[in-house]
Amino acid sequence: MSWDLVANVIIAGVLTGLVYGLMALGLSVIFGVVRVVNFAHGEMMAVAMYAAVLLFDRWGLDPFLAMVPVAAAFFALGYLLQAGLINPFITRPEHSQFMLLVAVAIIVVNALLIAFGPDARSVQTGYQLESFAAGKLLFDAARVYAAGAAVAAAALLFAFFRFTLTGKAVRACADNYLGAKVVGLNVKHLYALTFGLGAACVAVAGCALSVLLEVTPALGPGYTLLAFVIVIVGGLGSMSGALVGGVLIGASEALAGLLITPSAKSMFSFGLLILVLLLRPQGLLGRRT
Amino acid sequence: MNRRAWVLLSGLGALLVALPAFADSYVLSVATLILYLAFTGQAWNVMMGFAGQLSLGHALYVGVGAYVAGGLFFHYGLGPWAGLWIAMLACVAIGAVIGFLAFRFGISGVYFALLTIAFAEFTRIGFDHLRWTGGPGGMFLKVAQRDQIDLAHFRGPPEMYYYAILAICAGALALCAALLRSRAGYYWRAIREDEEAARALGIDTFRWKMAAVMISAAMTSVAGVFYAFYYNNLFPEQVFHISKSIEIILGPIIGGVGTLFGPVVGAALLTLLGDGLTELLAAFDWEVPGVKQVFYGLVLLVVVIFVPNGLWPPLARKLGLRR
Repeated sequence: MSWDLVANVIIAGVLTGLVYGLMALGLSVIFGVVRVVNFAHGEMMAVAMYAAVLLFDRWGLDPFLAMVPVAAAFFALGYLLQAGLINPFITRPEHSQFMLLVAVAIIVVNALLIAFGPDARSVQTGYQLESFAAGKLLFDAARVYAAGAAVAAAALLFAFFRFTLTGKAVRACADNYLGAKVVGLNVKHLYALTFGLGAACVAVAGCALSVLLEVTPALGPGYTLLAFVIVIVGGLGSMSGALVGGVLIGASEALAGLLITPSAKSMFSFGLLILVLLLRPQGLLGRRT
Repeated sequence: MNRRAWVLLSGLGALLVALPAFADSYVLSVATLILYLAFTGQAWNVMMGFAGQLSLGHALYVGVGAYVAGGLFFHYGLGPWAGLWIAMLACVAIGAVIGFLAFRFGISGVYFALLTIAFAEFTRIGFDHLRWTGGPGGMFLKVAQRDQIDLAHFRGPPEMYYYAILAICAGALALCAALLRSRAGYYWRAIREDEEAARALGIDTFRWKMAAVMISAAMTSVAGVFYAFYYNNLFPEQVFHISKSIEIILGPIIGGVGTLFGPVVGAALLTLLGDGLTELLAAFDWEVPGVKQVFYGLVLLVVVIFVPNGLWPPLARKLGLRR
């Protein structure tokens, strides 16, 4: 095994990992603020991928352009989901919240199955076969664009939380629910806004991923688990942790696929998840509460 | 339990014992499935309903129980009467390891739930690469002769399996009733309601949480052994899959977490509704995969939103079993 093969596998893993990281960022933001674990996260991702495929089939819209309308639609859906369904559940026990979102997940996966059937769908664009070369290193064009879109979306989200007043208000809700209410913030609206933003992250990640992978309805649960692994490893509720976790999991899964066997690569991630949960439950970049 | 409850329960028991006399094989298979899910729900309920520890990876114990007993039968012809104990031992050991790691490192709530998923998925992929059990291609036990009963190897007609799971279910119900009245039951509920307060009262929370996990794992392993010998084929993608874990907990959640009859009521309701819907769709020639699951999801959504404590508590009041 030559070093450039290993390096190329790592590059591909890191680039894909950034897209996974954006998906996990959505989960992490939702948990960090609303304190609800979104068990329907991967299922939402599958919906976004189907949206990208459909827009491409109907109007030939490139998935990277489709991101904008899909993200807007997901923001609205996420807002409504939180405002309508989840807000009444924020004071209920954890297993109750969990079952609510599992119910949503079951409905979404099987609605996709009814609508599109079990066969894989994909997008064919010109740049999927292109790649940039730097010496012996190869960068797949599609992967580079996808990772770039993921980083841009994450940067926008960071900027929103850092520099806008609304972003600051959301962070205040996350820090102190009661305090935020006392100073007169509309916490329910901000929660819904946060869920909407998390859903928009998923939408961008899903559109980007539709260029790299085929989509089937069965993808959902796997991505939910992947998002859990990434946010736990990076630190549940930590924004930069989600991206770092995504890169780490992306690269290590790619390497495990090369060195051991591709079908065992998720075993590696779950093993890592167990280790992190036991030794550093707040995650690599998380703060101890 | 008051007198009315005893009358109703013995009536139900008599009906179930007499069922094979007048039911056809389809009804019997549905009844077997209901009892199987009622039992796994009961086992999960010990951990979550009694002790408040949310496990989302109970398929792990079903799978390990099934594969250990099934593998011993497949490779060495060892019947389930011996295999059961080995399977149970394996599951208790796994439960003890997970419980020890989680509780020793102070993992609870969402993190504990995710840890149980992680262990179940880890094992699922592990079994995909295990040569001894046939890997992803599955393991197939020799199908039973339907006309003769071989109790030693637990091979026989559907009636035998029905009575076996009925007995297991009745045993689990009695065990859970006894547990709830025992010292452990009170300690568990104290831990479930407020762990800090329970510890302040001097309850060794670590020890009792461990006990809940191990008892629940042992019970679930029995379901796994039954699964192996009833269905005769095992695939890691099926027995260990997270959808199986969710299937296990649907019954108790819909019936009522922490109640004795909730898992039974929930399993019966879900299975009957699901099968009724399948029949209905078949009658209308609209057999699209996924419809039944969407329906499950909707039922779950409605129950979780409008009857958060499950259907059994209000039902018990209606029947006059409880004040």
